[in-house]
Amino acid sequence: MIKIDAQNVDFYYGDFHALKNISMQIEANTSVAFIGPSGCGKSTFLRLFNRMNDLIPDTRLEGKIFIDGRDIYSKGEKVDTLRKNVGMVFQKPNPFPKTIFENVAYGLRVNGVKDNEYIEETVIKSLKQVVLWDEVKDKLKDSAFALSGGQQQRLCIARALAISPSILLMDEPTSALDPISTGKIEDLIHELKKEYTIVIVTHNMQQAARVSDKTGYFYLGELVEYGETRKIFTNPEKESTQNYITGRFG
Amino acid sequence: MAPVQKLENIDLKKRTSQKFAFGFFTLLSYLVVAILFVILGFIIIKGGSVISWDFLTKAPEEGMTEGGIFPAIVGTFYLIAGSSIISFPIGIMSGIYMNEYATNGKLVRFIRIMTNNLSGVPSVVFGLFGMSLFVNALGWGDSIIAGSFTLALMSLPLIIRTTEEALKSIDDSFRHGSLALGATKLQTIRRVVLPMAFPNIITGLILSVGRVSGETAPILFTVAAYFLPQLPGSIFDQCMALPYHLYVISTSGTDIEASRGMAYGTALVLIAIVLVVNLLANLLRNYFAKKVKMN
Amino acid sequence: MRKFFEKIVEGGLLISGSVSSLTILLIVFFLFKEAGGLFNTPATEEGYVLAVNKSNDVGKLSPEMIMDIFDGNITNWKDISGMDQDILIFRFSDLTNYYTEEELGDEFQYVPQKISELVAKEPGIIAFFPKQYLLENGFQGKVLPEEKITLGEFFGGTKWYPTSTPAPIFGLIPLLLGTLLVSIGAIVLSLPFGIAVAIYMAEIANKRTRGLLKPIIELLAGIPSVVYGFFGLAVIVPLIQKTFDLPVGETAFAGSVVLAIMALPTIITVAEDAMRTTPRAMKEASLALGATQWQTIYKVIIPYSISGITSAIVLGIGRAIGETMAVLMVTGNAAVIPTSFFEPVRTIPATIAAELGEAPAGGAHYEALFLLGAVLFLITLILSISVEYISSKRKI
Repeated sequence: MIKIDAQNVDFYYGDFHALKNISMQIEANTSVAFIGPSGCGKSTFLRLFNRMNDLIPDTRLEGKIFIDGRDIYSKGEKVDTLRKNVGMVFQKPNPFPKTIFENVAYGLRVNGVKDNEYIEETVIKSLKQVVLWDEVKDKLKDSAFALSGGQQQRLCIARALAISPSILLMDEPTSALDPISTGKIEDLIHELKKEYTIVIVTHNMQQAARVSDKTGYFYLGELVEYGETRKIFTNPEKESTQNYITGRFG
Repeated sequence: MAPVQKLENIDLKKRTSQKFAFGFFTLLSYLVVAILFVILGFIIIKGGSVISWDFLTKAPEEGMTEGGIFPAIVGTFYLIAGSSIISFPIGIMSGIYMNEYATNGKLVRFIRIMTNNLSGVPSVVFGLFGMSLFVNALGWGDSIIAGSFTLALMSLPLIIRTTEEALKSIDDSFRHGSLALGATKLQTIRRVVLPMAFPNIITGLILSVGRVSGETAPILFTVAAYFLPQLPGSIFDQCMALPYHLYVISTSGTDIEASRGMAYGTALVLIAIVLVVNLLANLLRNYFAKKVKMN
Repeated sequence: MRKFFEKIVEGGLLISGSVSSLTILLIVFFLFKEAGGLFNTPATEEGYVLAVNKSNDVGKLSPEMIMDIFDGNITNWKDISGMDQDILIFRFSDLTNYYTEEELGDEFQYVPQKISELVAKEPGIIAFFPKQYLLENGFQGKVLPEEKITLGEFFGGTKWYPTSTPAPIFGLIPLLLGTLLVSIGAIVLSLPFGIAVAIYMAEIANKRTRGLLKPIIELLAGIPSVVYGFFGLAVIVPLIQKTFDLPVGETAFAGSVVLAIMALPTIITVAEDAMRTTPRAMKEASLALGATQWQTIYKVIIPYSISGITSAIVLGIGRAIGETMAVLMVTGNAAVIPTSFFEPVRTIPATIAAELGEAPAGGAHYEALFLLGAVLFLITLILSISVEYISSKRKI
């Protein structure tokens, strides 16, 4: 089943042509990694899926993006409804200045859930899903800022999961973390892809190889190559991809 | 999946509440703008009919119900000049010291707290202080010099802060570049840092002139004369000043009703100074901001 | 040589850097030096004495009692726990009602003698006259001991009659309450506007609108307070009088309205700067969870920048409390304990500005005004320090 379907996408920041005619299909319950050197457009492309680029003034999109068959940029589509279905985890852990509990409950509360019992259940479930529950169960009322960077990032993932999205976007989720925390999050991605469609942007090629089913290689705003991860890393079709993954540049 | 279904109608509710809230904020913002335009419009329209060449160049006559405000304009000009001579160098040098020289974090923090406190001191307290120190203790009497010193001390925090911010905005790489060529610290500041920070420093100075020109409380007991048709002869003389003159003729003149016209005119002149000062500061800021961008 | 020159310049910069700190110290020194004298000043006018009949058992009189006696509010000594005897007020200028010019002598040489006689003759008398006319030997009355003004009388006093004779009364309470009433009214009025504009500028307005609003707010901050006062006097005061059908429009409310406008730029600028420091990542996280922009503002941005917003409010209060000219011009300046918003009140700064010109340097009134200045200075200092404290506090 096709979950995300991007058709001939062009994207501009002012005059800058950031994405050039990109088409890509992502299947449900798989994980896809975007790789490529800095400034290649991989993060920009990712942020189109939950319309996060709407926040940047003076940008323009051409082409179409469908999620579950619906054109997410068509007139009637509401951005908050879309974002409930498409969760996102950011490069740096960005918990709110609230307690651990309230961080996870935030998405439920802003979406109008009043049932406290349900909120508590969901918070606990989400924290267990990211394997953070045992570490924080005694300090749910503490500030989220008291957690370590790795714990904060898992908290942010739990926060995204609490509103039951079907897609999870991850924008270099481990770039600010130590190797042990990174390993935990990679394990988590393996677990999560059973239930969610995961799109992950990463600088770390081993990471892409470890966690993804398919990989897209971006260069200068173009999708150079997209295919099975194993094939991209062992036998890429384009020379540019070969050069990048063997570390000749980037 | 259940919760998402459950939330479908809340989306409409939260969008409506956003529309309502944003509409409210927008409305209040335009109301604030409207307040400004009402004040400006009122004074410009009422004062406009009073302003004439005679009004600007003649002394008050007939118990300040006729004539002009020339001595008050001149007095305010003297006070601006007097206080600027004192506050500009001290303020700029102080800002340079804080940003470029002071290495002791505690000292800088102390000076910064003191400067912040100074900027919070009410203007009437400056008036009391100026009277006690300059007028009485130093024996200068009610005089331009006493008023200038009082106003200068009052405007210091603004000048120090803008200078500091102007210097802070200059990237360290410029300083390092100069120092690496063998220039001393002072040479670096004089030839590289200051010229680059100059436009922003000037903006701060202009704004401080605007503030000085409108202050009444600090000059009330240090320099301002109720009525003094002749111009001051030395810095130890009293003088009239625009803000005090406006206060006098609108509250305690010989004939408040008959002085109303004069009061509108005086208010307009004060407003005009503020408008010019702000316009100048903004033009300068935009002009140099563009120039820096082009480089 | 060049090294030496650099050292000199550096010294000059250091001296300049210390000027603002030095100024604060000097302000403290001079304010308290002048103000401290108040508690060493006799409560009655200097150079004058108060005397009563020898049979009068009254010990000491507070300034307030003296004022009530001389204003005719107390007419019998028993009202102030003395004997049952009507009070006879004698001022020096009343002398000619009792004695002819011949009796007093061509050079008033018999005046001390006559005053002494009069005080001895009238059991209910209280006499107020210059010390030089006090009979040096054998004065047949009782001179009341000179009282000093006490801290309690100043800080707890509920009346402000600085020019009352023989004993002026300096009570802080009505002025302090007037100041607080006007300032709190101003903040209550300007807070919704200030925060709304700050939110609008920081989060809602596009770049162009914000670029237009910014100079307008600066302009609002640049208008001299005396012009605000004049505008208040010419427009707001009559409007208030008409709208609420009051005997006078110069009221605490008028002061609050004018101050509210004046405090706006401070509140807007500081609160907007605070909201702008919210990391973009935090806003994006909220939006990515399906929150609307408004939900993000009140659930994330405002909690995150709450210390900055609090600073904005405190700074706004500071500006309102210290504001002098505008308040002086529109509040009517009645130094009584305010009972309603729609009465004239008098604030501390307005009192200083209005009265210092008439208070002779070094006198009790002059010193009392400096003490008011010291009180004002301390209030604003406490506000400044609390801003410092609030903004240094860690965000949760």
